[in-house]
Amino acid sequence: MRVVVAEDLFLLREGLVRLLEAHDCEIVAAVDNGPSLLRALTEQKPDVAVVDVRLPPSFTDEGLQAALAARRQVPGLPILVLSQYVEQLYARELLADGTGGIGYLLKDRVFNTDQFIDAVRRVAAGGTAMDPEVISRLLASNAQDAPLGRLTPREREVLELMAEGRSNNAIAQRLFVSEGAVGKHTTTIFGKLSLAQSEDDNRRVLAVLAYLNR
Amino acid sequence: MSTGSSSTSRTRPVGRAGDWLRRAAVAPFQTLTLAALAQLGIAPFVLAADAISFILLGIGVFLTPLTLVVVRAWADLHRRLARVWSGVDVPRPYRPQPRLEPGVIGWWQRCRWMLTDPATWRDMLWLLVNATAGFALSIFAATLVFQGIFGIVQPVIWRQITGGGSDNWYLWMNVDSVAEARTAVPLGAILLLIGLLTGPWWVRLHGRLTRSLLAPTASAALAQRVQRLTETRTDAVDTQAAEIRRIERDLHDGAQARLVAMGMNLGAVEQLLESNPEAARALLAETREASSKALDELRNLVRGIHPPVLADRGLGDAVRALAMDSPLQIDVTVNLAGRLDAPVESAGYFAVSELLTNIAKHAGARRVWVDVRHDGRVLRLTVADDGRGGADASRGTGLHGIQRRLGTFDGTLALDSPLGGPTVVTMELPCVLSSPRISSS
Repeated sequence: MRVVVAEDLFLLREGLVRLLEAHDCEIVAAVDNGPSLLRALTEQKPDVAVVDVRLPPSFTDEGLQAALAARRQVPGLPILVLSQYVEQLYARELLADGTGGIGYLLKDRVFNTDQFIDAVRRVAAGGTAMDPEVISRLLASNAQDAPLGRLTPREREVLELMAEGRSNNAIAQRLFVSEGAVGKHTTTIFGKLSLAQSEDDNRRVLAVLAYLNR
Repeated sequence: MSTGSSSTSRTRPVGRAGDWLRRAAVAPFQTLTLAALAQLGIAPFVLAADAISFILLGIGVFLTPLTLVVVRAWADLHRRLARVWSGVDVPRPYRPQPRLEPGVIGWWQRCRWMLTDPATWRDMLWLLVNATAGFALSIFAATLVFQGIFGIVQPVIWRQITGGGSDNWYLWMNVDSVAEARTAVPLGAILLLIGLLTGPWWVRLHGRLTRSLLAPTASAALAQRVQRLTETRTDAVDTQAAEIRRIERDLHDGAQARLVAMGMNLGAVEQLLESNPEAARALLAETREASSKALDELRNLVRGIHPPVLADRGLGDAVRALAMDSPLQIDVTVNLAGRLDAPVESAGYFAVSELLTNIAKHAGARRVWVDVRHDGRVLRLTVADDGRGGADASRGTGLHGIQRRLGTFDGTLALDSPLGGPTVVTMELPCVLSSPRISSS
């Protein structure tokens, strides 16, 4: 897998590079500012990019802006954004084009190597990886939504994991139930939210996120 | 508490002509009222002057404050008329009341406080000026109109007047024939026209006369400003000190404590590594958990100090992000072409944030509207909800706290919340808008 890494703190950048290299990734560029990131993304067209939101020279959301700009030039370019904070506003902007291949995680998720590498692979494959914190805030801000209120606690758990971008298989493992049971839950959830069913994992995730982001 | 502030939306482009006509029609009655008030104003002047002269007899010490209160009320009435009728803003100039002892000493202190205030003497002077110059100009303006009407109706009424044997003087003529009555009509029409055309101008002129003596002098205005700055500075310092204490406590009880625990855990892991690798592994997992918690707490702390979206994108997007995180149904409109100074941005952001929290807690609102705009002079933040209304800034600390914090920036908060709703809170912060910034510190 060809990967671009953008992170301005030297220690973190080196750590990410080492971690990714240890998991069969080829680092084609490791940059520390917005403009070089945009150049690396559009020239190298990596399989996936791991990008810090806050980058020099402005130390604002430079990384996010570069990622969005790159995806306008190269539609569907897989990008996993890392940040000290997750913001619904930014999640919405990343998901806006509805093509997938987007990840948005808190930086400390890197501590859990397996889950982090899983997220990188998922995004590279065109899937979605949303931070649980993004999802819980999305759900909190939809607290008055009547259809969501009609979900059972278990269905809500499934919805949360699905919105994070996990497959039925992964959800089943996580909740210690059979994949068939998860399938049944998702059918009910889509029925209650009046969403069109889809066999495709990724399209299903995007439908749920679009629902929550209305 | 708030001093007379805004006179916005007095000039509306729509219906300007209608507005002018209405003003021209009411002006004669306004000037007539002003003339009458000018004469009545002699009474409070005489009362106060007598009371002051009785001070040497002792009784004046009690009478002076009482009569001066009447004088001030009388002056306040004219300040309000100047604002409502002619759009001339006349702030109150009086010095704040000092702490008074009870009993006779208190009366003496009150007497001294009022008599040493130059504004008191300017009030008295104004009563005289208004009774003469103010009366003259307002009665002249009213006379133009009413004499005009008197002239126009001469053909109808001259017979009744002269029929009783009395003279019927109109301007320079004694109207006692049809011809003279007919001459009076165009003369009256001219007077009426001039009177109507200039009416609003006379009212405004009276307003300016009022301002010239009833508004604070430059030094009184400065003294008031200094007092206000002292108050808001104390507020700002207090708020900041409380804020720093809170941050210190949060760090001490939160992240700092967790780091200590993590260090201890790691020490234990070092010892267990050889003897009990299983236990060491469990401790490591626990330590990782603790580091996540510490980061989580630091994140929340920073969010409370300076929210990331505010730093990245400015007030508009920060308010949008706030709306997204809220369980309320919030419509946000933003009209800002650039960034504001960081402290103003922050004050505005936290004010809106606190209002939204209040609404979620108390208002029972279904929809909320937030409007953010800058009109070149002030940042105006409007938060409206369709909740149950009845909010009161004087009760409850929330709104009062916001008001105080905005005060540091000379900002104001206006609340309109009738029982049953809707509630509209309008906050204004004078500030400049800078063009979009590239670099930040």
